[in-house]
Amino acid sequence: MTDTAIQTYKLGKRYRGGEIRGRVYLRDSMREWFRAPGKNLRRRAAREEFWALRDVDLRVGHGEVLGVIGRNGAGKTTLLKILSRITRPTSGVAEILGRVGSLLEVGTGFHPELTGRENTYLSGAILGMSKKETSARFDEIVAFAEIERFIDMPVKHYSSGMYVRLAFAVAAHLEPDILLVDEVLAVGDMAFQRKCLGKMGDVSRTGRTVLFVSHNMGAISQLCRRCLLLQEGTVADDGPPDRVVGEYLKACAEGQGLDSKNWDRSGSGRARITSIEVLDSEDRRCAAISMSRELRLRIGGEAENAQLEFSLSVQFASATAVPVLYLYDQFRNFRPSDNKQFLIELRIPDLLLMPGLYYVHVWIGRAGMEDYDYVKNAVSFEVVQGDEIPITLPMTQKLGLVYRPHEAKQLL
Amino acid sequence: MAAVVAKPRSAFPLTHRITPRRGLLEMDFAELWHYRELVYFMVWRDVKVRYKQTVIGAAWAILQPFLTMVVFSLFFGRLAKMPSNGLPYPIFYYAALLPWTYFATALQTAANTLVDHQHVITKVFFPRLLLPLASVVAGLVDFSISFVFLLCMMAYYHIWPGPAILWLPVFLLLAIFTALTAGLWLSGLNALYRDVRYIMPFLVQFWLFASPVAYPSSVVPGRWRWLYGLNPMAGVIEGFRWSLTGHGDPPGKMVLVSAVVVLAALVGGLAYFQTIEGTVADFV
Repeated sequence: MTDTAIQTYKLGKRYRGGEIRGRVYLRDSMREWFRAPGKNLRRRAAREEFWALRDVDLRVGHGEVLGVIGRNGAGKTTLLKILSRITRPTSGVAEILGRVGSLLEVGTGFHPELTGRENTYLSGAILGMSKKETSARFDEIVAFAEIERFIDMPVKHYSSGMYVRLAFAVAAHLEPDILLVDEVLAVGDMAFQRKCLGKMGDVSRTGRTVLFVSHNMGAISQLCRRCLLLQEGTVADDGPPDRVVGEYLKACAEGQGLDSKNWDRSGSGRARITSIEVLDSEDRRCAAISMSRELRLRIGGEAENAQLEFSLSVQFASATAVPVLYLYDQFRNFRPSDNKQFLIELRIPDLLLMPGLYYVHVWIGRAGMEDYDYVKNAVSFEVVQGDEIPITLPMTQKLGLVYRPHEAKQLL
Repeated sequence: MAAVVAKPRSAFPLTHRITPRRGLLEMDFAELWHYRELVYFMVWRDVKVRYKQTVIGAAWAILQPFLTMVVFSLFFGRLAKMPSNGLPYPIFYYAALLPWTYFATALQTAANTLVDHQHVITKVFFPRLLLPLASVVAGLVDFSISFVFLLCMMAYYHIWPGPAILWLPVFLLLAIFTALTAGLWLSGLNALYRDVRYIMPFLVQFWLFASPVAYPSSVVPGRWRWLYGLNPMAGVIEGFRWSLTGHGDPPGKMVLVSAVVVLAALVGGLAYFQTIEGTVADFV
């Protein structure tokens, strides 16, 4: 049994609807008060609340490297924010032994008008380094970031790559006792990413405690000895990464697409969709798929008779419910087999959707005549950034929803 | 790469207990002290960045109160014939604008500081109190520059400070505390309600006319003057005029009232700041 570095007891964090939306305007608060001064307290309580984290009991030993995985909104970032003291929990206690450093985002506190040298000291101070410590590691930081020649130039003239490299280098040289990392490894070019992974490895080998939140299951398995799975704010699993990651991916794939009873559906019902599966190019069920890999969609169902002809369309919608992709061929008709069942597979050779969550809607029917069945949001899958695309910066649905390979020609 | 043997690097904080909320006014002074260097860096950054890409640079620190002084001397002095305790108008107004400009600038930067630093607040921990503190301290650099200019002006008019100048640090301290107090309240409210940002210009303007900048406090009837001290800047400004030039009466009672008001409001401000500090990252 090693010494304890982090210990939490029934840690919980509750958010109110208003706080999540962000800005609260004085007008709204005042209106609430004036309308019903007495009721105000009750109404406050009735406002939409949700627990981003609930009753988390966790013990991390000194020197352990713990991976934290889970779907979006499972509470991973909230956990790190509480442990790094950015925000206070609503309930419970956490105890931290040692200095905490966090890489929740790089470049915190950088000022564009200041030079690389000045920003290094400033950012170091914000991250909790004393001037002496920063001075002692200054050369190492600059060498790591590979920006020796530009160190006395204002960072507003840096390329984004240089900016990110310097920012990461400062944070990585903080050398805290406990390091909290939230997917910042997706910065810089490939060579720099390898360097970052190496640095993380170094940190863990020197006996420091690391908490590593990532969607990159490969990195989790590679770096961590132990992995935590968060689900809806609670700890769903805790153990060796291979097992937990495996279970997580399986759990994501199972359960969805199969439980057709609770689907949101409409249509005449002369034919019914009963299963929707998302598969990768090797026919494995998957919850996450790399951007430019093949995606297969297998749709099964049953019709009222074996003669019923129908066509099939599929829509992918983004996490914000924007329809992104439409698959349809009006003249391609399907017919159930003799036992009235059908199973159809759609293949998209290169998905090229931007990383993020997508929901699948499936329709079967006769175009313009009858909807047999229309199932919405039955299945979701996550697209993750792969290394097949010539971009290493983290991409999100905010940049666009679709990525296209293209030619770029310099004409002048 | 330096593979350092694992050991706690700093003696502080060895263990930290993270709990839902601290009690009212339970300041962690040790932690504030630990982060003192960060205040220095923030001030240094503000000063470095403030006049970047301006042509005349730090001369703005002088020009801002100077131009206001010219306007006041012309309109309130020459045209409206305001009494000036027997001082030349330029000195009378500049001596008041010196603390006022400091106060107004410090107040406005402090009020916006939580919002302006939201990207840092939501990513890194440090005592949030440092932000309004740094804004208030950073203003002192401009203050010093325009203070030197005032001394030059006084030499030009052959006005020499008497022993009363020994009181000047007290009045400056009062100005700092007033700016900090208002900054604590307003920065917290601003993080919650962005309306504050739009109220600020009016507040500063209103406060300017409620303070004896454009006129001497002697226009307020003597009986009520101590009540005027409820506006702490009234005591500060009269105090500056008196201690710098020796003209006028020492604003004793008024300053005492101001000091009491500021200390009470400061304690309240610290308590308020503490209640929002822990979770400000969630709603800023």
